[in-house]
Amino acid sequence: MLSVKGLRAKVGEKEILKGLDLEIGRGEIHAIMGPNGSGKSTLAHVLSGRDGYTVTAGSVTFDGQDLLALAPEERAHLGLFLAFQYPVELPGVNNTYFLKAALNAIRAARGQPELDAVAFMRLMKERLKVLHLDDSLLKRPVNFGFSGGEKKRNEIFQMAMLEPKLAILDETDSGLDIDALRIVADGVNALRNPERSVILVTHYQRLLDYIQPDYVHVLARGQIIRSGGKSLALELEEKGYGWLGIEEAA
Amino acid sequence: MTVSSAVEAIVTSEYEHGFVTEIASDTLPPGLDEGVVRAISARKGEPEFMLDYRLRAFRHWQTMTAPRWAQVHYPPIDFQAISYFSAPKSKDGPKSLDEIDPALLETYTKLGIPIEEQMALSGIAVDAVFDSVSVATTFRTQLAAAGVIFCAISEAVHDHPDLIKQYLGSVVPHTDNFYAALNAAVFSDGTFVYVPKGVRCPMELSTYFRINARNTGQFERTLIIAEAGSYVSYLEGCTAPMRDENQLHAAVVELIAMDDAEIKYSTVQNWYPGDAKGRGGIYNFVTKRGDCRGARSKISWTQVETGSAITWKYPSCLLRGDDSVGEFYSVAVTKGRQQADTGTKMIHLGRNTSSTIVSKGIAAGEGEQTYRGLVRIATKAAGARNHTQCDSLLIGARCAAHTVPYIEVKNPTAQTEHEATTSKISDDQLFYCRSRGLTAEDAVSMIVNGFCKEVFKQLPMEFAVEAQKLLSISLEGAVG
Repeated sequence: MLSVKGLRAKVGEKEILKGLDLEIGRGEIHAIMGPNGSGKSTLAHVLSGRDGYTVTAGSVTFDGQDLLALAPEERAHLGLFLAFQYPVELPGVNNTYFLKAALNAIRAARGQPELDAVAFMRLMKERLKVLHLDDSLLKRPVNFGFSGGEKKRNEIFQMAMLEPKLAILDETDSGLDIDALRIVADGVNALRNPERSVILVTHYQRLLDYIQPDYVHVLARGQIIRSGGKSLALELEEKGYGWLGIEEAA
Repeated sequence: MTVSSAVEAIVTSEYEHGFVTEIASDTLPPGLDEGVVRAISARKGEPEFMLDYRLRAFRHWQTMTAPRWAQVHYPPIDFQAISYFSAPKSKDGPKSLDEIDPALLETYTKLGIPIEEQMALSGIAVDAVFDSVSVATTFRTQLAAAGVIFCAISEAVHDHPDLIKQYLGSVVPHTDNFYAALNAAVFSDGTFVYVPKGVRCPMELSTYFRINARNTGQFERTLIIAEAGSYVSYLEGCTAPMRDENQLHAAVVELIAMDDAEIKYSTVQNWYPGDAKGRGGIYNFVTKRGDCRGARSKISWTQVETGSAITWKYPSCLLRGDDSVGEFYSVAVTKGRQQADTGTKMIHLGRNTSSTIVSKGIAAGEGEQTYRGLVRIATKAAGARNHTQCDSLLIGARCAAHTVPYIEVKNPTAQTEHEATTSKISDDQLFYCRSRGLTAEDAVSMIVNGFCKEVFKQLPMEFAVEAQKLLSISLEGAVG
């Protein structure tokens, strides 16, 4: 469903992605691991259409469409979701209102009828239950004054509501204590289904103790330098990135 | 052409029209002297006391010069080039919607305004009678039953001269400032409201329901009196952008609240800001002041300002009665080439008086805006309290926001607080919203509405919904 071929991308004059290839099938969970500065977050941002990156070569197709030609909101309409490493605060914008507007924008783009307030509240209650979350975050402004853990939980909740076909979790585990990590991982597992693919971008294999990936890729120097199964992550954990001849950036 | 020179050009062109007009009977030639003031008064068939009042104001005005301290830029206005009395619908106006700025028409359509109303708003003479005529009649009957007087100020001059004599100019004297003096000399018409003792006005009063209010002209005069224990809520303006041939607007609004009375005054101002280059925009130089004359009285100003080329206004409260309360809630938007210098004055004279100021300024495009606010606590105002919250939101890199708070405290038991923030809609916020499926415009409107929530909460329900919609439309294309 996602096919990345020979992707090269720059930030300013600096080339970060240097010919990256990645194939993701429906329902698969892929972990992308790599040291700091290897290009993991750049990949997540280029896929979701953030400004400030220039794609110089290669292609990305998502469900047969040229993803790179689309605006960020159009990618969301197609079913792409990025869980942010640093979720952004929107003071004054009510979380529930925001989610309803987002969901209805996506539904409208897909030619589906908008959900009214009652149907939306029902859906929200159901998803909260699936994720074992309470509704305390919903009445507050989006991410405003949230703790790190609350922000990440909110990202997972948004994912549950927007039902993406492909979710990219950009270092969702960073800065979380074990309890928060477990809540987030349980959420992702609960949302796992044969129609939904997930890319887990992470520095540590810790997250993979809770979410079982189908594939593990190692990203270094702007390329995928090795791919394998779950065992690759364990091997990395044991031997460190140096094992693959990669130096950790400072 | 700059905004100001474009507007200047319009002033000049009006000058020409003044001489060639064939409808001399309802339009005075440009220029202002005592004869003009007398002529205005005569045309309105005013009693002697009104003429005297106008003449006193005019003579005083002649000794004054136009203020230049506001942070707005425009060429000096030639007051002799303006016509001070014109009939409600000049034949020089546009004949059909084809002659109206298409951008304006697009806004009407987005606001869902029916075609007849679009024509009326753009100043085209419409023969069709609106449904609101009958609505207005019904309302009048209901108001009369409650003893509330709600009429044109020119009617009040004839029908209630004692009230006019007693209250007109008692809050904003004709000597107050240059534009207030000008208004007192030449005011065209406006609204008069009198709520008797202990009466709670049975409905929100709105000029919309007052026929003839549509063209009160450039020098509008409003006087609202709330007797002891009464309550009234007044809505001024309209969310639809009003086109007007008069480029200079200098209104005066006076509110008087007696013991335990409350006046809530809400404004949505959306006058034509000019076309894309700022041509034809309106100058809005207004003096609005409320007098909390009685103990425990309350005056609350809420304004949403999105229109006009230049806005210059400071709705204020004189807190004279002990325990009286003044409030000011404002959202001001400047985009394109708009400029606004707006804020409030809270003058604490009585004991235990309190005031709240919440000002939200939004600047986009090349918009310029200044919050200018005065909190003055007099020697005798023991226990006075003020809280000021003053926030600015910038959209884009070419706009500007300034904050100029003046705080004067002469009583040691007073408490004042001033909080101010300036923020920018960040690229991160926009990207975050877009990655969730919202367009950049939806995202801006959502963030802006969130920013203004505290003020919108103060507006009557339907007005708040309209104001929110208006804001989104105003800021369309602000992010590109």
